Amino acid sequence: MSNPRPNLDLERLADRHRRMHRIRAFEEQAVAALEEGLVLGAIHPSIGQEACAVGVVGSLAREDLLLSTHRGHGHTLEKGASAAAMMRELFGREGGNCGGKGGSMHIADFSVGMLGANGVVGANINIAAGAAHAVRLRGERRIVCCIFGDGAVNRGPFLEGLNWARVFDLPVLLVCEDNAFAATTRTAAMTGGPGPGARAEALGIPAHTVDGNDADRVADAAAELRNRILGGGGPQFLWARTWRLTGHTAVDKAAYRDAEEVAERWKDDPIARAAATLQAHGVAGETLAGHREAAVAEMHAACEEAKAAPWPETAALYADVQDVGDPREAAFRW
Amino acid sequence: MVTTTYLEAGRRALAEEMRRDPTVWAVGEDLGRGGVFGQYAGMVEEFGPLRISDAPISEAAILGAAVGAALAGTRPVVEMRFADFALCAVDELVNQAAKARYMFGGQGGVPLVVREPMGMWRSSAAQHSQSLEAWYVHIPGLTVVAPSTPGDNLRLLKAAIRSDDPVVYMEHKDLWGIEEELGEDEPPGALGIARTVCEGSDATVVSWSAMVRHAGAAAEALAEEGVSVEVIDLRTLWPWDRGAVLASVRRTGRLVVAQEAVSAGGFGAEVAATVSEALFGKLKAPVKRLGAPRVPIPYAKPLEDMLRVGSDAIAAAVRAQLRARLPKRT
Repeated sequence: MSNPRPNLDLERLADRHRRMHRIRAFEEQAVAALEEGLVLGAIHPSIGQEACAVGVVGSLAREDLLLSTHRGHGHTLEKGASAAAMMRELFGREGGNCGGKGGSMHIADFSVGMLGANGVVGANINIAAGAAHAVRLRGERRIVCCIFGDGAVNRGPFLEGLNWARVFDLPVLLVCEDNAFAATTRTAAMTGGPGPGARAEALGIPAHTVDGNDADRVADAAAELRNRILGGGGPQFLWARTWRLTGHTAVDKAAYRDAEEVAERWKDDPIARAAATLQAHGVAGETLAGHREAAVAEMHAACEEAKAAPWPETAALYADVQDVGDPREAAFRW
Repeated sequence: MVTTTYLEAGRRALAEEMRRDPTVWAVGEDLGRGGVFGQYAGMVEEFGPLRISDAPISEAAILGAAVGAALAGTRPVVEMRFADFALCAVDELVNQAAKARYMFGGQGGVPLVVREPMGMWRSSAAQHSQSLEAWYVHIPGLTVVAPSTPGDNLRLLKAAIRSDDPVVYMEHKDLWGIEEELGEDEPPGALGIARTVCEGSDATVVSWSAMVRHAGAAAEALAEEGVSVEVIDLRTLWPWDRGAVLASVRRTGRLVVAQEAVSAGGFGAEVAATVSEALFGKLKAPVKRLGAPRVPIPYAKPLEDMLRVGSDAIAAAVRAQLRARLPKRT
């Protein structure tokens, strides 16, 4: 699976390998914490898809804006959110990115331009188009990146949002992170036509396909498309084909796939692939193992810290609903 | 003073806010040609097509894009053409706009205004006539405004645009042409404050939007019979001015709530329940709700008229309340 290339930048790939391990370790710790009842609600692991997060989001600038999905831990980490704050959020604790009021599916960190995961498939596409609309209205030099899954291409906002991005010529990078499954259904079984790229092309948006398990290739493609957008090239579409190695949610055993197929796919694990390439070029196994160990230690510490964090104060229940009106019925005494 | 229609008042509010704040912009179908009712006439000439933006017939994208544009630092004013069409963008309004500030823990807000022309008007039938204000009142995070006069349309639309939270702004199509003398300088109004249309001591009639006119006409008719009716225009439905309503009913002891919407599950039920809970011992008659029966709005005018709550129905309800005898309390 190693894929040597003449102009391979070992240092850069090693860094991507390290960052993929951070995402993997974050999610493994979160799944374990869910089993312990510490993570409260549903989480959607992106195990096997880390090359997309590292490649796409790692190619963005801090000032770029990002809209993500319910399967967005990797995207959020890569945009620069603190792993400790994210773990607190998953635990529903004070000091979480959203004060414990959003959880995994609504995680956001505006301070690093991460404008939100989304619990509704495809809903982030119109929002991203609108954020790009604001970027254009304000004359800012940055892009908006919207990552959605293959399931989203069958929702109306995919058509409406892509058309919007095209007709207003907006600086938005649309990334279909295709993990082959829409919840527990094979997307191909429920999708007409030749796929996401063709749909984008039909709306006049240049589409590019990339091996979504190759962190370097994803990163190269994303960086190139970002440059085209900044150069006035209008919206760009990237179809990154990967495979979801675990279930739809952390509790989904994914029995709808046979073990052989899954085992075969594990051979294409993006982290293992990066490791194989690095080793083939002389990077020491110790270095690679060190990436894993450091990531596990960091995320374990994040879990311990989250465990010790207090619950949100009662006042948080009523905070940030809206400026006017009192949300408490009982606030009125007769 | 300038004679201003309800429609012109909305246009003036938007134009004045756009001159004041460069981050305010409007987007919707046909805006470059003035909008479906002419509410945006002449505006693209002043502000250009970037700030008075046309849109594809993509309600979900219009509203969803407004959410993104609001999160990214602008103040979009969204035109939905008819309140009925806004139903194509319910996810964007209810799941996204209304919740972003809360579920992101206050990191960002969604300062957008959704203009939803509402109500029965010229035989527009089932898909262009609805009054769905109660749906939005039910959603935490949304402010709901339903002005009944040109002056309020001017002042409350300004307030809505300056609000840092999403506002569902429901203008009634049957009011576009009504006129009022307005000053050269009209500051924004306050959201959540009712207006006492006329004072009275025998009964309180609460209404909003186009129904306020009928409530006023009923009060005039009853005055000739020696009955003194207080009419309250809520103006905003969330937040709504419970204090003003309760103070009035505490004095009059009688409440009629009149609405154009379907009565079942309508906002009138909220007013009626609140008054019943708070003032049970002070009521001289059971609270009366008036509204439409639970049928889609028909096209034929005689049928449509049968759904309308008019001043006669309001006056009759007040008369019935004056005749009502409550069981003596021991």
